[in-house]
Amino acid sequence: MNPFSSRPLAEIPDGSVAGVVMPHDAAWDHVTGKALYTDDLSHRFAHVLHAWPVQVFVAHARIDSLDAAAARTMPGVARVLTAADVPGINDYGELGDEPLFPDEVQFHGQAVAWVLADTLEQARLASEAIEVSYTELPSIITTQEAIAAGQFQGPRATLQRGDADAALATAPHRLSGGIDIQGQEHFYLETQASFATVDESGQVFIQSSTQAPSHTQEVAAQVLGIPSNQVTVQCLRMGGGFGGKETNANPYAAVAALGAVLTGRPVNVRLNRTQDLTMTGKRGGFHATWEAGLDDEGHIVAYKAVVTADGGFSVDLSPAVVSRALCHVDNAYYLPNVHVVGRIARTNKTSHTAFRGFGAPSGMIITEDLLGQAATKLGIGEEEIRRRNFYAPGQTTPYGQVVSQAGRMNDMWDKLKDTSDYDSRLLEVAAYNEAHRHSKRGLAITPVKFGVSFNKPVLNQAGALVLIYRDGSVLVNHGGTEMGQGLHMKMMQVAATALGLPLRRIRLAPTRTDKVPNTSATSASTGTDLNGGAVKNACEIILDRLAPVAAGLLGVNSHDVRITGDVVGALGTEQTVGWGELVETAYLQRVSLSATGYYRTEGIHFDPATYQGNAFKYYSRGVAVAEVEVDGFTGAYTTRRVDLLHDVGSSLSPLIDLGQIEGAFVQGAGWLTQEDLRWDTTEGPQRGKLLTQAASTYKLPSFSELPQVFNVDLYVHPTDDGSIYGSKAVGEPPLMLSIAVREALRAAAAAFGEPGQQVELPSPATAEAVYWALDQVRRPADTAAVAAD
Amino acid sequence: MDAEITLHVDGRERTFTVDTRTTLLDALRDRLGNTSPKKGCDHGQCGACTVLVEGRRINSCLALAVAHDGATLTTAAGLADETDLHPMQRAFLDQDGFQCGYCTPGQICSAVGMLQEANAGHPSAVSTGDGPTGTPLNDEEIRERMSGNLCRCGAYVNIVAAINQAQQAAPQVRQES
Ligand code: FES
Ligand code: FES
Repeated sequence: MNPFSSRPLAEIPDGSVAGVVMPHDAAWDHVTGKALYTDDLSHRFAHVLHAWPVQVFVAHARIDSLDAAAARTMPGVARVLTAADVPGINDYGELGDEPLFPDEVQFHGQAVAWVLADTLEQARLASEAIEVSYTELPSIITTQEAIAAGQFQGPRATLQRGDADAALATAPHRLSGGIDIQGQEHFYLETQASFATVDESGQVFIQSSTQAPSHTQEVAAQVLGIPSNQVTVQCLRMGGGFGGKETNANPYAAVAALGAVLTGRPVNVRLNRTQDLTMTGKRGGFHATWEAGLDDEGHIVAYKAVVTADGGFSVDLSPAVVSRALCHVDNAYYLPNVHVVGRIARTNKTSHTAFRGFGAPSGMIITEDLLGQAATKLGIGEEEIRRRNFYAPGQTTPYGQVVSQAGRMNDMWDKLKDTSDYDSRLLEVAAYNEAHRHSKRGLAITPVKFGVSFNKPVLNQAGALVLIYRDGSVLVNHGGTEMGQGLHMKMMQVAATALGLPLRRIRLAPTRTDKVPNTSATSASTGTDLNGGAVKNACEIILDRLAPVAAGLLGVNSHDVRITGDVVGALGTEQTVGWGELVETAYLQRVSLSATGYYRTEGIHFDPATYQGNAFKYYSRGVAVAEVEVDGFTGAYTTRRVDLLHDVGSSLSPLIDLGQIEGAFVQGAGWLTQEDLRWDTTEGPQRGKLLTQAASTYKLPSFSELPQVFNVDLYVHPTDDGSIYGSKAVGEPPLMLSIAVREALRAAAAAFGEPGQQVELPSPATAEAVYWALDQVRRPADTAAVAAD
Repeated sequence: MDAEITLHVDGRERTFTVDTRTTLLDALRDRLGNTSPKKGCDHGQCGACTVLVEGRRINSCLALAVAHDGATLTTAAGLADETDLHPMQRAFLDQDGFQCGYCTPGQICSAVGMLQEANAGHPSAVSTGDGPTGTPLNDEEIRERMSGNLCRCGAYVNIVAAINQAQQAAPQVRQES
């Protein structure tokens, strides 16, 4: 057995830096503004060409002709890129359904050509001189229109267990409902950006703000018609990704690469904010109808739903988004009889894509909505009805996976109820509501159970390359990308822990496809689990080679060698040597000091045909308590207090994890309460236009909407699930803690009506939406009173 | 139309010719190669481009470079000297006041300018009374005064903590810049 590489994944060596509070890896560079993003790079090059898209502002049309003759002769114009320029395949889509230079416009604002010029202004002016003539075609904008027209795309999925119809027929209580859950704009603060150059040998080098460098490389190579080994993609870091740069970075990288190849000059493609908002995919909206049967105790005995995701004009990642939605309708609850159909509508909108949570938040909301309504209807408290439906140990999900650590949910639930004073505050809220006629408060507690792993098993693999130099310094390359989630710091902590070295020995290289090939996107919260496994593996392969060298120096057995804090020692001897001496000795003995590492998640499988399998390596959990106060006259509300408890296993980097939880909650609460995407759905000339195409009309969470009191805690409990140093994924799961705010709003709205009155709350529950919900629930007498006041 | 202007940026005098339509942000980034102010929206809606002009915070994407001929500017890159961070930068580092970091240079310039505004007695929408606001600022004041700086990563809690650290641990932040 190898001395180092046989160490279990979750075992943390003594004295390691795993779990130590650390800032982000580039913290110093961030606070001084020295950290470079893709759009900061072009300033360092001469003769850069700037790109401007030729957008066509119609929802659906066939292009009859594109005349760029005048544009080509305009000042500064180097090239107009059209379909005729593509040497390879003119497509960047998942299913060959997204032409880079389309002959059919499929959404309002789609780019059909690009202009490259010396300055951005010259490119813009030339783009306006390009004449595009087209024939308008009928368009479908809303999901409902697509459903009515039967316009779907991609696979249709069915999640089934037991006999939902039979259980529904005999259930003592039946409820039904429907909900439209609107989408969300990523609004990563750094817009899509790619910068491409070609070297003397024809190697294409693309610096891209991408979550998936390997995928970006494949798409660029495909468009250029060259093998992948001629294209290198590097991602220094992203100014936010949130899923919006998982596939959506690819077309801009391809345009930059094509431009660089055709002109021989560096090409910078950076979308301005309006272009980014009108051209890139978002979190797609979900339309769901459901029926549920409950017994007298409030247990869900039958669950039926039809879930339709708005995919936009192409498939993109929507099948996986729907799959994750279906695998999360259960959230933390045991559903014995289930029948859920998931399908993807095709609409003339931007192609909707990954966004933190990836369908799971929408799936959960359907069920939380159901339980929120059931609680009032059955007269069971909202906390009680949720708890009663929790998974018991040994129970399985509708897709047939045993819910590991099921009891942890109850424990976390009780802990947070306790620390948030849930019970006493529930009484206070009731007293407040009794005393105030035109202002009501609501308190709610909701759980999150989130499956960690890519739903598509093949993606659950990662690579790393670790290099040790003769001076003992270590350079770590891995396939994950940094977008603020702190992955790079965590990988440095993993490398330092695995090697037994202080952090100062470790340096992290930018993510590049010529260092680690064939990587999966940094998404699905798997960045740390997958890349951490690979980094650890690479380090341990090297240590296995170093162990006999150390054993020789110390006169001990290889298996007894231990490295801690830069010092190489061994069991049974006081003698030590320094890390530097060990490395130099190894070099002199001709021992290799570099290694590739590899990791694949074991034990996961999923059959999309039957929707059964062990889809996830483990579950990440959280609980949230939220309290809101709603003004009866306007629907305006404030979030008075939020308490969060989240399970990160044994945190690799607690400061970073806390930040992720807070940030995810803020982003989720924005989605559910403020961020209101609107498209023009009229038959007018602007049909299909995104109406909220700036931060002035699309309300993003700011400092002002922070909960007045915000308590966030980590549930510290090392996991035994075989993840890297016992840590758990944290990127996405806490986003869904924000559902508590929505349920608190429901509770507050309900307090304006008769006891037992169901409240239908749209999503997002903006102040306006809450006002209309109040309008529905208010007793006729009170409505008159409000009018008279 | 072009015009020759002089800007004193982060302690360096820079004289150059710009198209008079050039924003201060583009002048800094494209002409002077100072990429610490970021372009989040170019519409005055996000605050990523915030810099200090004569100690006052402005959205540099909304300012014309020629309108600031002769002005003294400080960007996040100029707040620190070679060896030491400005206390506000130190506080952001200590409190993990960022995630992706894209809004950070703007947040830091804004926070420095904001504390000076408060110090000069400028009230905010949530200030009570009509005299100078109490010091140090409470969280509600900080949130209100910083509400023009968006952070899509939602690092707000830690940014407020950082500003608190800076105003308490280093009162000199309030005087100098
Ligand atoms: S870039 Fe100036 S405010 Fe957004
Ligand atoms: S840290 Fe990413 S936008 Fe603020």
